[in-house]
Amino acid sequence: MTAETKAAENPQRISMFKVLNPFHVWALGVGIVLVGEFMGWNFSVAKGGAYGALIACWVIGLLYSCVAMIDSEVTSTVAAAGGQYTQAKHIIGPLMAFNVGLFLVMAYTMLEAADALIVGDLMSAVAAATGYEGLSPQPFVVLTIAFLAWLNYRGVFMTLTVNFVITLFAFLAIIALFIGTDPLNPGNILRHSDLLTELPYGWIGVVASLQFGMWYYLGIEGTCQAAEEVRSAGRSIPLGTIGGILTLLVAASLTWYVATGLMPWQYLGQAATPLYDAASIIGNPSLQVVLFIGTMFAAIASANGCINDAARAWFSMGRDRYMPTWFGAIHPHYRTPFRAIIFLIPIAVSFAFTGLLDQVITFSILSGLLGYTFMSINMMRFRKMWPLDVIKRGYIHPFHPIPALVLLGLCAAVYFATFLGYGASLLSIMAFYIVASAWFVMRRYQFVKRGDQFTMPWPRPRGY
Amino acid sequence: MIYWQILSYAAWIISGLLLLWILVDAISVSREFDEELLISSREGVDEILDEIKEEGGIK
Repeated sequence: MTAETKAAENPQRISMFKVLNPFHVWALGVGIVLVGEFMGWNFSVAKGGAYGALIACWVIGLLYSCVAMIDSEVTSTVAAAGGQYTQAKHIIGPLMAFNVGLFLVMAYTMLEAADALIVGDLMSAVAAATGYEGLSPQPFVVLTIAFLAWLNYRGVFMTLTVNFVITLFAFLAIIALFIGTDPLNPGNILRHSDLLTELPYGWIGVVASLQFGMWYYLGIEGTCQAAEEVRSAGRSIPLGTIGGILTLLVAASLTWYVATGLMPWQYLGQAATPLYDAASIIGNPSLQVVLFIGTMFAAIASANGCINDAARAWFSMGRDRYMPTWFGAIHPHYRTPFRAIIFLIPIAVSFAFTGLLDQVITFSILSGLLGYTFMSINMMRFRKMWPLDVIKRGYIHPFHPIPALVLLGLCAAVYFATFLGYGASLLSIMAFYIVASAWFVMRRYQFVKRGDQFTMPWPRPRGY
Repeated sequence: MIYWQILSYAAWIISGLLLLWILVDAISVSREFDEELLISSREGVDEILDEIKEEGGIK
């Protein structure tokens, strides 16, 4: 059968399958994030001590609660793949949309690379523990990315169903660890009274720890990328997102409580796998196995969700001609953005092969942070241009404009915290996005069809 | 241990096969289907958006 014949037989448009439910949305958001509970968050302990890490946990928890509320409201009206990119396109304009799209692709692709690197490093660690030193992590890094890309390529339902199962396992592993510490009898296993100290570097240490507090929650905003494939986005996205942030607040608090009650801050602040270490200290071999599998599953779930989200952001930019339209293709059988998935594979592998986990993660965090800064401005404009009585929302977040203002203020605090520890990285990333913006304005914008940009059935915005 | 070496080779081979499968499928789909059809998707709709459309865009 020729291509012309097939096209003639299928004059209709093809679109992604709407097969997801709020549990998939939860699995996407929490799945991307939960690896941060198993490792990474504890670097905040090195900066601010145990209490500083707790402050970071809750202050950044507030930041992400604002993100979740704002995202839930806006996405309940902008039910399209691309998430925040599509929101920016409708509410602010093309240049902001291009930048937000790029923030999303870079944040998720970098995080995917870091997750794959973690899987590879865990395999090397197991090999070393069984007497085989020097196992290269690279084949396992590539296998992780290749397998998850294949899964994503084959369809979103199976991809996020797998994510739901392994994310739930990882979350239950944290609960099991908490129960294993005999929390009803403080002092029996947990030694908070001995281990909690004053702030080792004072309040400036607490501010510095905010950057690493991001690890507890980084990526929950990824739920928005499912908007085009979820049944009833206006209801499912808020349910999955708010459920996700609540899960993470519980997981983050338990993680802090268990780890700081078992390890001194000097050790905890530089541990590679703090929750696995906590299980080892308890001395329960079954718990150790559960935590090892939980760590592995959390990293895989995160990489899986990141492939899903980065591909959809890139696909959306292709569909709107912000990138070549070739990337805006949907697979006719699997209904996935297959070319975007393929395109991002070598990029993720390249980042992972650098082996620079901290630099890769810092780039990811900063790209995410730039996106959150946009969200606060976006929310203000959204409510101003389309007030509550003008368009219907699936979810309305309370206390506006307080969450948007709090988000903006906390983003500023995290920028300052990042500047303290990674000033050069911060400036390099800013320079990267400025150069990319210049390329978009001078070279790419001429291909964008301005009349096709606004797709939502909203009335003319107030003031226009 | 030879076991870990074999596992490494197996990881490379499985990765190669998966990536090859993806590439072959993508090329065959691109050849088999019209490009206009493949890039024909438009931004999604939702039942709340349908309600908005029915109500003329204004609540």
